[in-house]
Amino acid sequence: MSAATRYSIPAIVLHWLVTLLIFVAFPLGVYMHELPPSPTKIELYSYHKWLGITVLMLVAVRVSWRLTHTPPPLPSSVAAWQRQASAGIHGLLYVLMIAIPLSGWLMSSAKGFQTVWFGVLPLPDLVEKNRELGKLLTEVHKILNFALLASVVMHVGAALQHHFIERQPFLQRMGWNRGHS
Amino acid sequence: MRTTAFILLAALAAPAAHAVEYGTVLPKQSSIGFEFRQMGWPIKGGFKRFTTQMRFDPAKPESASARIEIDVASIDAGSPDADDESAGKLWFNRSAYPKATFVASQVRALGNNRYEMRGTLTLKGKSREMVIPLSYQPGKNAATFDGRFVLKRLDFGIGEGMWADVSTVANEVKVNFRIAATGN
Repeated sequence: MSAATRYSIPAIVLHWLVTLLIFVAFPLGVYMHELPPSPTKIELYSYHKWLGITVLMLVAVRVSWRLTHTPPPLPSSVAAWQRQASAGIHGLLYVLMIAIPLSGWLMSSAKGFQTVWFGVLPLPDLVEKNRELGKLLTEVHKILNFALLASVVMHVGAALQHHFIERQPFLQRMGWNRGHS
Repeated sequence: MRTTAFILLAALAAPAAHAVEYGTVLPKQSSIGFEFRQMGWPIKGGFKRFTTQMRFDPAKPESASARIEIDVASIDAGSPDADDESAGKLWFNRSAYPKATFVASQVRALGNNRYEMRGTLTLKGKSREMVIPLSYQPGKNAATFDGRFVLKRLDFGIGEGMWADVSTVANEVKVNFRIAATGN
């Protein structure tokens, strides 16, 4: 039965890898955009974009894995509305994890800075250089990130609530411990 | 009849007898571009407004003259943010140095429609001697003169202070230009 209470290893690895990258890219984005122009700012923007594109690639793998692998069922104690909320938030998280790097990529193109992944893989500029479009996409990128922040708070809050308040074994679903049931 | 034919012939032959001297520049068909590396990746830019005064007779390059004056405010530095930033004191210091100029001092033929132009490039108040290879392309409506050379931005103080660090924004800037001109 232990297998059914835990996500598959690739799903777990991808989950935490993407989490780690987002937890670096997000504060980096918050910090760097306020900086006055400097070589450091240019470097930080590059690192932020490399992280974001990496997230986009990993999420593409995640989505295809998720579509072909059934996640472990939720414990029976989880109420119907919570199941719906869970499905909704998970769906939203996936959408945001794709939309945010994508909006960043487009915003970068609109602002005239081509995104070159790790300085070696140039991504095509899908939109024209345009100051107004750049401003608009900056807002979109920001709003999507606020939505991500809110979704992550709910996602983490729900997991912790199930585990520590309802006292249902829950965190092991995404945990490293193979033996835990 | 004979006299008329002779005059007509002479008139037709006249342009050939005097080699074309190019002096009327066609701004719309002329361009100045540059390329520099940022985080190792090339970024293209250019200047949209510049005026060119020139006299050039391909047969007599030694008597050629050229003066290009660039409106620094017309820069395309690759992005609107970079355009704004480039105006500042650390970069072009545009309010103090609104114009960049190139004045040719000597042109010599290398053969095969290729020339070598020497001259002085003045950017941000600093002048440097440049040697620029030119290729001349005669055309139906206008002739074109294409040149490309590499300059080091730090020679002209373009990017001072923290920007003097060339690991993020490279020192080498590839410049290319095309001047289209007709004879007159």
